[in-house]
Amino acid sequence: MKLKLKVWRQQNNKDKGGFQTYDVVAEEHMSFLEMMDVLNESLIEKQETPVAFEHDCREGICGSCNMVINGRPHGPNSGTTTCQLHMRFFKDGDTIVVEPWRSRAFPVIKDLVVNRSSFDRIIQAGGYVSVNTGQAPDGNSIPIEKDIAGEAMDAATCIGCGACVAACPNGSAMLFTAAKVSHLALMPQGKVESSRRAKNMVATMDKEGFGMCSNIGACEADCPKEISIDNIARLNREYVGSVFGGA
Amino acid sequence: MKWLINFFTSSIGRKLIMSLTGLFLILFLVIHLLGNLQLLVDDGGVTFNAYAYMMTHNPLIKVVAYGNYFFILLHAFMGFLLWSKNKAAKGSKYAVRSDAKVSWASKNMALLGTLILAFIFIHMGDFWFKMKFTDQLAMVSIEGMDVQVKDLYTQVATTFSNPLLVVAYLIGLATLSFHLWHGFQSAFQTLGLNHPKYTPIIGGLGKAYAILVPLGFAIIPLYYFFVMK
Amino acid sequence: MSLDSKIPKGDLADKWTKYKSNMPLVAPNNKRRLEVIVVGTGLAGASAAATLGELGYKVKAFTFHDSPRRAHSIAAQGGINASKNYQNDGDSTYRLFYDTIKGGDYRSREANVHRLAEVSTDIIDQCVAQGVPFARDYGGLLDNRSFGGVQVSRTFYAKGQTGQQLLIGAYQALSRQISLGNVTMYNRHEMMDMVKVDGKARGIIARNLLTGELERHAAHCVILASGGYGNVFYLSTNAMGCNVSAAWRSVRKGALMANPCFTQIHPTCIPVSGDYQSKLTLMSESLRNDGRIWVPKSKEDAKAIREKRKKGVDIAEGDRDYYLERRYPAFGNLVPRDVASRAAKVVCDDGHGVAPTGLGVFLDFASAIQRYGKSEANSQGLDTNNQKLVTELGTKVIEAKYGNLFEMYEKITGEDPYTNPMKIYPAVHYTMGGLWVDYNLQTNIEGLFALGECNFSDHGANRLGASALMQGLADGYFVIPYTVGTFLANEIRTPAFDPNTAEFTKAEAEVRVRLESLVSNKGTKSVESFHKRLGLIMWDYCGMARSEEGLKKGRQMIRDLKAEFYADVFVPGTQDEFNPELEKAARVADLIEHGELMMVDALDRNESCGGHFREEYTTTEGEALRRDDEYTYVSAWEWDDDNPVLHKEELVFENVELKTRSYK
Repeated sequence: MKLKLKVWRQQNNKDKGGFQTYDVVAEEHMSFLEMMDVLNESLIEKQETPVAFEHDCREGICGSCNMVINGRPHGPNSGTTTCQLHMRFFKDGDTIVVEPWRSRAFPVIKDLVVNRSSFDRIIQAGGYVSVNTGQAPDGNSIPIEKDIAGEAMDAATCIGCGACVAACPNGSAMLFTAAKVSHLALMPQGKVESSRRAKNMVATMDKEGFGMCSNIGACEADCPKEISIDNIARLNREYVGSVFGGA
Repeated sequence: MKWLINFFTSSIGRKLIMSLTGLFLILFLVIHLLGNLQLLVDDGGVTFNAYAYMMTHNPLIKVVAYGNYFFILLHAFMGFLLWSKNKAAKGSKYAVRSDAKVSWASKNMALLGTLILAFIFIHMGDFWFKMKFTDQLAMVSIEGMDVQVKDLYTQVATTFSNPLLVVAYLIGLATLSFHLWHGFQSAFQTLGLNHPKYTPIIGGLGKAYAILVPLGFAIIPLYYFFVMK
Repeated sequence: MSLDSKIPKGDLADKWTKYKSNMPLVAPNNKRRLEVIVVGTGLAGASAAATLGELGYKVKAFTFHDSPRRAHSIAAQGGINASKNYQNDGDSTYRLFYDTIKGGDYRSREANVHRLAEVSTDIIDQCVAQGVPFARDYGGLLDNRSFGGVQVSRTFYAKGQTGQQLLIGAYQALSRQISLGNVTMYNRHEMMDMVKVDGKARGIIARNLLTGELERHAAHCVILASGGYGNVFYLSTNAMGCNVSAAWRSVRKGALMANPCFTQIHPTCIPVSGDYQSKLTLMSESLRNDGRIWVPKSKEDAKAIREKRKKGVDIAEGDRDYYLERRYPAFGNLVPRDVASRAAKVVCDDGHGVAPTGLGVFLDFASAIQRYGKSEANSQGLDTNNQKLVTELGTKVIEAKYGNLFEMYEKITGEDPYTNPMKIYPAVHYTMGGLWVDYNLQTNIEGLFALGECNFSDHGANRLGASALMQGLADGYFVIPYTVGTFLANEIRTPAFDPNTAEFTKAEAEVRVRLESLVSNKGTKSVESFHKRLGLIMWDYCGMARSEEGLKKGRQMIRDLKAEFYADVFVPGTQDEFNPELEKAARVADLIEHGELMMVDALDRNESCGGHFREEYTTTEGEALRRDDEYTYVSAWEWDDDNPVLHKEELVFENVELKTRSYK
């Protein structure tokens, strides 16, 4: 299949950047990133600079890959990361527009690579259980309802890719933050410090310059792990509780 | 007190203000509609004018009314703040954006809100301002009342005989409907009132509300324009 | 050089306890002054950095990723073993120890493996306390499943994302230490070299990948947790960034690489579909709990399937060869990975393969769907003879158990595994070999430690399923925090190191020259093209089956490839900028040398054991022929560009009797 690729090229954070158009011949069994490999190999052959893009596991779990493909983070298929998107979902002759995540809190580093370290700082603000190694009681000492553990797992399945922020017209990181707050608040081990956690993580999220949630739901629709915005409601609840409850 | 200031300057705190003021205004709309439906009583305005007098003279209602104005302004101001901060947070735009299945209203609350605010000014200029701060309205006597009251009923009839104003009202109410379509459920989500069983009910309720309440208001100009003229 | 494994004296079961009671301690006030560098933040690195931070050491942690959460530990699907015996099925520390030794084909160190089995239960407790959402049963207690090579249920899991959840747990613990200031995190920093001062590892040269700047970092000791070298095969289930450089750079500074030829080929991966392919995707071993592996008995049927004239479901039950169940009735589809992989190769080489390339076998859930469907129908009081209903109910059960894996399969192949059997084929997955370490996880270079997949210690010649997560976390949470003290206790008088001494500046200059030679090379071929060719050579000559002739040829091919690489590689850009091609070039250069060492090691080991299968050494039945009389040793290699030197650590088995592994 012959494709026309319009790819965002930007030398560095200070560069204004713009689109470049490339012709690529791909096969339908390829993954989207393998198609990008083909493009890059052809650029290197011409001794040009290949397109910088982030990728690692290529099986949809590490959260590295991040491309907005034809206007949707991770491309047209729901519940799919860029690396899991296969070319059979495109047609011969298609024009594909590829852009980086866009949000002020995710500055572009080069081409399609953005800086997502703000997510790490949100987790550092409280996205953990304060337990040191070796302090743990027996794993079965606290039974946890199967459904609750399952719900926590659904929230914990977040891969930290940032598609929620990329999809959100407000550039909000609420789904990311909520997924972690939810995961830990649902588990009895994490519940203990859930108020403190919610308060500190939200404060950091605000400080990092993410926008405010207006419950549009674009994050949920584009999340490759299909994390529900019910988690955002839970974060709101935890947060309100943390401010008005307690001392 | 620092905790309170921190809360109301945090993203979720601000959203909570939007949610609570929004819910208050949702409640107000129902009361307002119930009162206004008295305009459909065919008694030459006796019921409605008496109601209007009560609404402008009862001290408790006055307090609530000023609270209501304040909440409208707060909702609008906070909405503007959110919009401008979110715009800044988003930074640059995508060259192509094909949205997943999200409602149009949810992405355009600021635009809808601005239109509604403009509509509220027109609406209040037509009735509230004229009633409270001018002598344009005629005075009428109502049986059983020892004072004369302003004839707001006639003012309504006059206003809604103007086809341009009727259209403006209908547009305003349609805008309101879209705003509520997202706003109703969104308010509950922001409050964290979310439950796998009840959230779908709230969602359905919100959509019914978003259609029925503006429709109820819309009956009035239509009634005056087509039936009463 | 004599290799001292420093195994404590005494009974096997008491060694670790006694060691802990007698080891030297470092007082809290001294810990604050002692600096530790941790390279790599996967399961082993993140858990080590977090725990050392908790203990009070000054830790600097490095990852080439943009965040510690991206390490490839995250991709482990199936689970983590622990001898909790929650299922009351006869599990014990000894049994986990024994299974691991046996599974590893008697090529690992007894004392290390026993310690691993001992701390396995602590890991589960620790992870639960961190909020890891392990699967639970209706009573709210932890659920288990079975994995290959064992006859008990001791694998804890979180859907098909156990590695992710455990890594996130370690990442969270690490994040907490970062926020407390105990750990300084260096994201997007790659270790380019290890620096020795007076024979001890005292720091690293790291490259800031965003700016290209070389940085000198000094510390009292250096801990490597930089993962395995599976990417030497180009196509593997490893992430694209996985590399051997941190370990290899240390080897070039004198560290020994142990058993490099022990690589694990995982039997259940999605088959290769074309030349452009960049990586292979694993289908969790847990699928073998319920899936049955088969190929058509007749080559004609296999051919028809390859040419898409027939489908798997078209082959009648009697015309199928469930070859694992046939050959290994005791373990059936749950034989260890090396055995399952080789069996797949045998049937495919014989012309029974079902993927278009000829390299693929079926993994079929039809009978599991029927079995579960009947049991569901029965428990719901429905008609167990209603075929449609039973299939529907059974499909639901399978979906609940493996839904995300089936979804992943469908996304990649475009085929529905519920109605048609999956096609799978073995692929490189894990490397048991790694830096030689003693009982303290210290390499032969003092102050240089290696954890997780990066070391060689626990899995022998073959790793059992769900044991990699166990080892990574055991090393990081429960072993290194103690054993590093034995080294650091003697360092309390050593002041903080100055990274501006001659040793550091020299190392930095060498790195600069090395990188400059890559970017200024006026070559024509891309790094990727060399990597692909390296992978093919490795797969053909040092893959699932190896021979003396092939290995000799392969080694020469790699040496030629290396010469061609340095003469003709083209790397765009400069070293003073964000340059992913340069990163890749430096890694591939190291992989090439490491690949050569793997050939050398495989050639030396004239036996078949675990993942190392030499065609010359087979039993009459075609099974692997281990030669305990001559090869019960760890091969620890000292690198030399022409003649690597072998050092042997004899393995002493005092508690298990060496037997021919039998899964029949």
